[in-house]
Amino acid sequence: MNWRYLQGHLAIAGAWGCVGVALLPLVHMFAIVVTNGERALSWTVFTTVTSGIAGGLANAIAGTFMLVGLGAAIVVPLGVMGGIYASEVREGRTVGAARLAADVLAGVPSIVIGYFGFVTMVTWLGWGFSLLAGSMALAVIMLPYVFRATDLAVQQVSDDLREASLALGATRIATVRGVVLRAATPGIVTGWLLALGIAVGETAPLIYTAGWSNYMPALKLTHAPIGYLTYVVWTFINEPFASANALAYAAGLLLMLLVLTLNVTARWAIARRA
Amino acid sequence: MVSEVARLAAARRNQEWVWSLLAAVGAASGPFVLGVIMIVLLVFAWPSIVWNGDTFFTTYIWNLGNLYGGAPVIRSGYAAASGASYGMLSFLVGTLLSSALALVLAAPVGIGVAFCLSEFAGRGVSRVLSFFIELLAGVPSVIFGLWGFVVLVPWIQRTAGPALASLLGFIPIFRGPVPTGMGLLASGVVLGAMILPIIAAVSRDALRAVPAELREQGRALGLTEWEVARDLVWRIAAPGVTASCILALGRALGETMAVLMVSGNALNYLPSTIYSPISTIAATIVALLDSAMTDATGMAIHALAELAVVLFAVTVGVNLIAPAVVRRVGRQRGWVASWVTGGNP
Repeated sequence: MNWRYLQGHLAIAGAWGCVGVALLPLVHMFAIVVTNGERALSWTVFTTVTSGIAGGLANAIAGTFMLVGLGAAIVVPLGVMGGIYASEVREGRTVGAARLAADVLAGVPSIVIGYFGFVTMVTWLGWGFSLLAGSMALAVIMLPYVFRATDLAVQQVSDDLREASLALGATRIATVRGVVLRAATPGIVTGWLLALGIAVGETAPLIYTAGWSNYMPALKLTHAPIGYLTYVVWTFINEPFASANALAYAAGLLLMLLVLTLNVTARWAIARRA
Repeated sequence: MVSEVARLAAARRNQEWVWSLLAAVGAASGPFVLGVIMIVLLVFAWPSIVWNGDTFFTTYIWNLGNLYGGAPVIRSGYAAASGASYGMLSFLVGTLLSSALALVLAAPVGIGVAFCLSEFAGRGVSRVLSFFIELLAGVPSVIFGLWGFVVLVPWIQRTAGPALASLLGFIPIFRGPVPTGMGLLASGVVLGAMILPIIAAVSRDALRAVPAELREQGRALGLTEWEVARDLVWRIAAPGVTASCILALGRALGETMAVLMVSGNALNYLPSTIYSPISTIAATIVALLDSAMTDATGMAIHALAELAVVLFAVTVGVNLIAPAVVRRVGRQRGWVASWVTGGNP
């Protein structure tokens, strides 16, 4: 065996070593969260609210769903309509600006969006820590993902389909609604799911917009702080009490399951199309 | 009959118009939100920009001053509490050092993983590994913070830190003692673990975009698999791989929660060794907003807004360099991976 082949084998072994080095901490992280979280999970976690440093997570679970749900309800129409506009118009200065803005927005740190939400909605508009302020912050975070996913999915629809529809006398809008959107749906839904996965895991934009509450969320848009799962992970792991730490692990496990489910479903949706 | 057709046509035109308008509103929402964020941050930061001047960037003492007495200090019409001082240098240093450390740790490993996925692994293995790597890119940052806090920090304090200090202690930045485990090293490692999947997934796309014919020609000329990877694929894909590192750096610079949980949240302190507690711009905004609200002059809030402006400028600047390169390389293949994993911090 000459030196060139030995070198090649060493390099490839090194690359596999990198895979090992990369997976080790990440697998360990999964193991820690799953084993501790599984131990901490019980029915009472789902049925009772947090009280001080103990109790359950019912308030945080409900809060996470409400914040992300309302955020998605705000952002999906805007993002999808915007994505359709960009992909149907295709080029030009306005579309370029919309795409650039989405790319820039996706790179803005989430704490900056949280701070922006705090100074505008919480203090200036006087909503206080609230569901609406938190949802709007999450909507801003999700917007570029929904927009770009729609844009890319609609762009990938073949022009033959559009031309066939137009040749049959359908208007531009009817073509988009009846033909193009139908073909692009898996890609668009994938974008929603990935955006939801990001929103569920966010903490920084919510700390100073949603606040925190030990109680089940009231059905109030403003002036009522609301709990969420990531807050529990962040604060309760720092407490010197076993009950608080257990809740943090339970919240971490739930978050991870939620995010993984969303991501796996998203990939399944896109794979089915291909 | 004719009028009926005309009525339908008119209804159609109206519908067309409404839908077009809605679509345009949707498309405008992104630029609008971005513009509002920039304007609001600048307006809120303005009193701090005027009051602090360049001392904001050149000093490292962050002190809200005496909030309960003493005459406010007024400069150019803006007031701050007496004794107040806003210098962000320590946060800037903490941000840059922790992100740089993360990149130094994650880039070689991530690129190695990318080579494995694209060049060396069989199709099935590569698929499964890619799937895991992409899932990891979506794990919430508090989970990374939790792992850092319960596993990494104690390990650095008891095992890794002392070992590093005795091995490399002759180099000043590695000299002990290791105070708490929280600090620059822990932040860098946690950030590195977070950005590793991004580097791996985006680099993999860049490598895969290299045409297969080139590899075959290389092998036909008698090059080994490794020589093909090093002399052909790497040369062509290098810009894309670089771009993946820039994207990852942008994410590390803006990351908040994971750093907040393991950095030690140092105030008024410049790091001297790799074990020193630090704080970053993003983590500071979270850590100090509560106390800032107690400042009656409001200057503390404005100073945090200026921090947000700086963070915005830094991350957006870094992020704008990368897509230009990525777009050229990664368009053909894997659109999901390239924009998803280049995701939001």
